[in-house]
Amino acid sequence: MRGYLRPDGRKGIRNIILVTYLVECAHHVARAIVTKSNSDNVQLVGFPGCYPNQYSLKIMEGLCTHPNVAGVVLVSLGCEGFNREQLSKTIKASGRPVETLIIQESGGTKQTINSGIDKVSTLLEAAKSIPLVDMDTSELVIGTICGGSDGTSGISANPAVGHCFDQLIAEDATCIFEETGELIGCEQIMAERAITPELGEEIVNSVAKAENYYTVMGYGSFAPGNAEGGLSTQEEKSMGAYAKSGASKIHGLIKPGDIPNQKGLYLMDVVPDGDPLYGFPNIVDSAEIIEMIASGSHIILFTTGRGSVVGSAISPVIKVCANPETYNKLADDMDVNAGKVINGEATVQQVGREIYDLVSRVAAGEKSKSEDLGHQEFVITYKQFEGLGPNCLPVR
Amino acid sequence: MIDKRFVLLSKEDNVFVCAGQVLADESICLEGTTVTLNVDINVGHKIARKAIAKGEKIIKYGASIGSAKQAIAFGEHVHLHNMKSDYIASHTRASKVGEVS
Repeated sequence: MRGYLRPDGRKGIRNIILVTYLVECAHHVARAIVTKSNSDNVQLVGFPGCYPNQYSLKIMEGLCTHPNVAGVVLVSLGCEGFNREQLSKTIKASGRPVETLIIQESGGTKQTINSGIDKVSTLLEAAKSIPLVDMDTSELVIGTICGGSDGTSGISANPAVGHCFDQLIAEDATCIFEETGELIGCEQIMAERAITPELGEEIVNSVAKAENYYTVMGYGSFAPGNAEGGLSTQEEKSMGAYAKSGASKIHGLIKPGDIPNQKGLYLMDVVPDGDPLYGFPNIVDSAEIIEMIASGSHIILFTTGRGSVVGSAISPVIKVCANPETYNKLADDMDVNAGKVINGEATVQQVGREIYDLVSRVAAGEKSKSEDLGHQEFVITYKQFEGLGPNCLPVR
Repeated sequence: MIDKRFVLLSKEDNVFVCAGQVLADESICLEGTTVTLNVDINVGHKIARKAIAKGEKIIKYGASIGSAKQAIAFGEHVHLHNMKSDYIASHTRASKVGEVS
């Protein structure tokens, strides 16, 4: 495969110009710039809140300097709390071009949109000269998530992704799995897979934190559709979700926006630190997808039983459908039919290999279904995190 | 032998998982014993592999996925109405079920 070589040395599989609103008040203007630019390579991201927040800044920094991103136009209303100077500085330091438009100083909606279209057009032109270089599987970062799980997820799609992860890790790629709240009940089994006992302890603690957080909120990470699909409890859902991680050793525990320091398998702790503060840890799947992308994921493997259709800005989302009945209903949205395992038509290993092959093709430029359909869902909420514990990233 | 619409994920399990819909009143064979189902069982749902006592752990994937809230008969649907989480209560659109006591 070939990758776009960024000035900071990272390699991307897409060549995207991001238009980024820094408060909801600038959302319409930013969206109009994207729509009128009329290119699949111009995409919209943003943060709605007016109050500053360290987490949202870190996520936005991770997204705007993502290997798939060639350049950025920031759209600010002018008076919001988002630290646009810091974000712009980080993007510049990564060697990517960045332009900032301030609506209050640019003459309002029409003039800012027109000016934004010009800036995007210049950045698109500049992106054409980004060198394409050889890229190896070992340079890929792949994240996984499940959404709309049912009783088939843990038997077909999730273990198949786990099998794909094991193959990728055998080739020295970096893989991320996440949502400690959906791993409640698996903490001891997971800890045994940590490369050091101290990391194992950090993993157990992160799940205990998640359990406390969800208990305070009054709901586990368990939706009514999960129950309709045959899942009865949080820990049952967890055991199924856990299968996505495969059988490789766990090399580290990261938080949203942290870039894994070495190759191998990483668990992302997505539940905020400290006392529950801003509400539900993860309001929806898209929030977790964005966190894995902010940590450098080039592609997201999304398993579903009930049937999700979401994609994402920045990185392609590949859908692996666990349930054969769902696959028949939503075939246009599904990249891989893992329901074949339920029907006895394929083994988990065969589907795992199919996912692996598709990862290679999508990395080489083939569009995933959700990408082709134009899905670019995007959510960031308020959160707070402390730094990583001293044992979270053991040196090998 | 076992009806091919049901899967045993781990030999320690006390539930089977449904891999193909079975309708109520149908008789199926589970490990040599025939049982008649009293409700429709859809793909992804569980039925008891043996009689399970109140308070006993429900075992799937060889791991505990919660506890029986009441005695569960062989072949009976195992779900929100007769089991609960040992961690956090599940919920439906209308209400929460299986509150942790």
